[in-house]
Amino acid sequence: MNLISDILKYRILVLDGAMGTMIQRHKLEEEDFRNEDLKDHVKPLKGNNDLLSITRPDIIKDIHRQYFEAGADIVETNTFSGTTIAQADYDLEHIVYELNFKSAHIAKEVVQEFNEREPDKPRFVAGAMGPTNRTASISPDVNDPGFRAVSFEDLRIAYKQQAEALLDGGVDILLVETIFDTLNAKAALFAIDEIQEERGIEIPIMVSGTITDASGRTLSGQTTEAFLISISHLDLLSVGLNCALGARQLRPYLKVLSENSDSNVSAHPNAGLPNEFGQYDETPEDMAEQIKEFLDDSLVNIIGGCCGTTPEHIRAIADLAKKYEPRIVDSQLSTVDS
Amino acid sequence: MNAADHKLSTTQLVLSGLEPLVITPESNFVNVGERTNVTGSRKFARLIQEDKYDEALDVALDQVRGGAQILDVNMDEGMLDGKAAMVKFLNLIASEPEIARIPVMIDSSKWEIIEAGLQCIQGKGVVNSISLKEGEELFKKQARRIKRYGAAIVVMAFDEKGQADTYERRIEICERSYNVLVNDVKFPPQDIIFDPNIFPVATGIEEHNNNALDFFNATKWIKENLPGAKVSGGVSNVSFSFRGNNVVREAMHSSFLFHGIKSGMDMGIVNAGMIEVYDEIPKDLLEHVEDVLLNRREDATDRLLAFAENVKGQGIKKKEDLSWREAEVEERLSHALVKGIIDFIDEDTEEARAKYSSPLKVIEGPLMDGMNVVGDLFGSGKMFLPQVVKSARVMKKSVAYLTPYLEKEKASGSTKGKILLATVKGDVHDIGKNIVGVVMACNNFEIEDLGVMVPAEKILDRAEEINADIIGLSGLITPSLDEMVNVAEEMSKRKMKTPLLIGGATTSRIHTAVKIAPKYDHSVIHVLDASKSVGVSTSLLSDKAAEYSELIKSEYIELAESHKSRTGSKNYIPYSNAKKNKAEIDWSGFEVDVPLKLGITRFEGYDLTEIRKFIDWTPFFSTWMLKGKFPAILENQTVGAEAKKLFDDAQSMLDDIIASKKLKANAVVGLFPANSIGDDVPVWENEAKDNELTRFHFLRQQGKKAEGISNNSLADFVAPVDAGTDYFGGFAVTAGIGIEALIDAYKKEHDDYKEIMVKALADRLAEAFAELMHKKVRTGVWGYASEENLDNEELIKEKYQGIRPAPGYPACPDHTEKRLLFDLLEVEKNTGIELTESFAMYPASSVSGFYFSHPEAKYFGLGKIGKDQVQDYATRKQISVEEVEKWLAPNLNYEI
Repeated sequence: MNLISDILKYRILVLDGAMGTMIQRHKLEEEDFRNEDLKDHVKPLKGNNDLLSITRPDIIKDIHRQYFEAGADIVETNTFSGTTIAQADYDLEHIVYELNFKSAHIAKEVVQEFNEREPDKPRFVAGAMGPTNRTASISPDVNDPGFRAVSFEDLRIAYKQQAEALLDGGVDILLVETIFDTLNAKAALFAIDEIQEERGIEIPIMVSGTITDASGRTLSGQTTEAFLISISHLDLLSVGLNCALGARQLRPYLKVLSENSDSNVSAHPNAGLPNEFGQYDETPEDMAEQIKEFLDDSLVNIIGGCCGTTPEHIRAIADLAKKYEPRIVDSQLSTVDS
Repeated sequence: MNAADHKLSTTQLVLSGLEPLVITPESNFVNVGERTNVTGSRKFARLIQEDKYDEALDVALDQVRGGAQILDVNMDEGMLDGKAAMVKFLNLIASEPEIARIPVMIDSSKWEIIEAGLQCIQGKGVVNSISLKEGEELFKKQARRIKRYGAAIVVMAFDEKGQADTYERRIEICERSYNVLVNDVKFPPQDIIFDPNIFPVATGIEEHNNNALDFFNATKWIKENLPGAKVSGGVSNVSFSFRGNNVVREAMHSSFLFHGIKSGMDMGIVNAGMIEVYDEIPKDLLEHVEDVLLNRREDATDRLLAFAENVKGQGIKKKEDLSWREAEVEERLSHALVKGIIDFIDEDTEEARAKYSSPLKVIEGPLMDGMNVVGDLFGSGKMFLPQVVKSARVMKKSVAYLTPYLEKEKASGSTKGKILLATVKGDVHDIGKNIVGVVMACNNFEIEDLGVMVPAEKILDRAEEINADIIGLSGLITPSLDEMVNVAEEMSKRKMKTPLLIGGATTSRIHTAVKIAPKYDHSVIHVLDASKSVGVSTSLLSDKAAEYSELIKSEYIELAESHKSRTGSKNYIPYSNAKKNKAEIDWSGFEVDVPLKLGITRFEGYDLTEIRKFIDWTPFFSTWMLKGKFPAILENQTVGAEAKKLFDDAQSMLDDIIASKKLKANAVVGLFPANSIGDDVPVWENEAKDNELTRFHFLRQQGKKAEGISNNSLADFVAPVDAGTDYFGGFAVTAGIGIEALIDAYKKEHDDYKEIMVKALADRLAEAFAELMHKKVRTGVWGYASEENLDNEELIKEKYQGIRPAPGYPACPDHTEKRLLFDLLEVEKNTGIELTESFAMYPASSVSGFYFSHPEAKYFGLGKIGKDQVQDYATRKQISVEEVEKWLAPNLNYEI
């Protein structure tokens, strides 16, 4: 039993909010995404936010700091696209290890600062593992439904490399998130389980799927319950949902998870649905009001924000979560009783 | 640690495809579809070898539709690259939501194929199989890897010494496998499925005599001693000795499953089409079969072999077997109901009446018992709609026989509840509603059907009068949606509480939730089809009705709210912009073939033999709730036999209709000079354009389109005035003249089957007639495609030039334009078709529409339109905005 799952028994933990929204506030230029090693890189790098952990760690650390100050218990590393598959767009496959290691390391540094200041409120780093930009069970070519742009094996190798680097950099948790296609997530879990065996460790794993619209299904077509069944073969710290929907729209699917899962349940919804301009304009108060319903119904153990959320949103959520007891988990995590 | 002390967190085996499959100790037997197996199905093997994956997918789809809950896929065939075939097939399945719904069982004896398969499935599937055959180390290694992929496993009773062939060997190997898996590998016990080997019996070899019994006993032992573990097996193996004799094989499978399930068997690989209903196995055959399966006597095999020879003879000749006539009257009635045999029903009913103290007891006793069997079989997918309708015919005939006696008693039967059905005012379509009535009657509801074109007042008066428990409304055309809202409002005014069911082709859950449910405080439920109506009605009349109603209500409120948020966010463009983005057709140098014959042409009493050739049969089967394309449906594993029977019945009825001239087909077509002016199309008497006969009004798509996609209006396909004179036409056809007499006659005979059949056929004939007429116009009357040479298949796929959209349908959803068309062509006078106040055509088996000849003319759906267009349209049609909003309610992008 580890520290995090112990804490989860008696309080709701708060996850941070969006990274991208915060980075946008800095109005960065191409040179912010380059350093000495990358100064002659042919492809434009602006927009490759993960890279900032290496080129502008000051900005990323400051964002982590703001979220911790707002009341977050867990921050996510700036590694949403930190796989060779996602970085291939920028011809940056070779930088993936460094990117993940560095991201984990700087987040951990911020944790140290806070842990020294407030030793009785331990804080954690979750290594973020995004979905990549390819899907293992959907063909990108409508005329060739049997075609796949990426294989399970490609994904397993890429995720393994990312997970190892994150762990080497010191993350406390691995968070497989924004899962559009459950097969991608299964490849990530496969890789993580291999590491558990090879290193002889138990890694707290968070898994978070994405229900894309009111059909109540993932992009790859699974219902929430089918998704849950498909990723329940490992012992998980938590299973949850994030992105695509706001808190209000997420609620029915969260309820399905809460009723059927025997691990902790997490949610980090967007700040509402995007407006006509593709922006998220739900205020912290609006969002907190909806999240209050999750808490009233004891649906979650971990709560945070995804696209469009800011430290102000997280502050509102954290203030609220303090007042509630966590959802009761039927069978506590570890069932190994040998 | 001993296996038996292991604490189970759960005993449920849960699997998933796109949807979950939860197998609990209370679950019934789980069907594993077996036809997608190259070793078991020669047809499937051929399709894979010939790279016909499309058809191979159809095999999978048939399995799902036939009730398979897990799909077994096996590509172990020497001539195949099994790994590549497995990957390709699983990837293709993933793109078919109806198939991918259920979990996959990856069936192979080759580890590399199993692993390749595991890398393709996003859900939690099953590996079939691994075993101790090559030692404990490999077994553990494979199990660990499977666990890491997140799948359940089938474990064969096989070890280093060989396959288990006795009871003792079976339990020894299963126990050892279980202990290794649970203790060493930490495999979840509920994810372990044992296959304790089903071997053939009656092989003539004495050692095989106990094969089935050993399996049953081993199953029992596993379920009692290995907590959480499940048992499965390949059932068809048991009857291997009787290949070629399906009567015996089916009986063996059925009996084997019966005893297997009793012993605790959870799932099995079975061909659902190869199982006889256990209760339907002739007693003598069953006895012989069970003697063998249960090894009850030494000469069991010889006796079954001898008996099988007789059965075989009978089976092939399919000679009518009248032995059921020797049974007791109750059994005869039940048999007649289940098999739909009407020949002896009067005499059997009389016999039962004499035997029972009152006719009511006959209905409540043997007849209702029989119908309950039918209802259960239909509910569990073991009978199909055409069979059920035939059963209902038998029931009705028997009740009709009893009615005169019943009335003397003046008693009413104890049914589940009274259901009042009606097709709403202005609408004449009732096939679906009749089917609902039949299916519900089979499930012991009392049905009163008010027929078609029933005003709200009449429905509600009658409902109050008979104290109906449920009211069911049906309708096919869009104006009926409005009328249903009206009925709901009236119910509120009368302060009624009766639940209201909504059904019919244009109705939908969303429309019911958004438009109808808010008008009535009590239950309003959309019922997709006949099979759903029973469950919904049963729930509504159960003691949990209040909870159920609340549940549906909250679902609908949620649905309505999410609809609101969605309609708000969907993008529409102003009508003025939509007009600028019209379908781009280059009219410079426009030339059109002048019709050979302008004006009106009428056809009376058209040759039905000719029309018949143009029938598209696929929709005919879907009317009967049999899904699949014609003619492939006739060969379909699951429904093929029923489809074939239905098709034969249809052919003989058609023969009779044609020979005795029972239906008459009339048509009128008209071609006129025309141009588009904005979104209107005026038509003139002649090219001088001095006499405008009428003016049609079309609507334009207003949804925001991607770059390069136009906002279409049908008017775009007619040349504008300055491009020169164009032509445009209309038609109305019917094949339903004379149908009332036939319907009345069938009604009198209580023959729902024939009544539905004749309506379905008349509908098909009308559609075929429209197809034929269109061809005639293209190649003759207008003649712009005189070279055309297409067969029926190509016609069905619309491979010709030009379109014939119908007013009231997606491209031009305004039904009121039909009035203009009817006036122009003098349809009433020329064909006998009439229009109701909602502009439905009567007889229902009629089709009307417009002819557009331009090569770029195509069908599209209008979608929703804005208030700006509605106002413009009202001005063009010279009617009020409210009137337009009334008829186009389903197409408005705003609330009224």
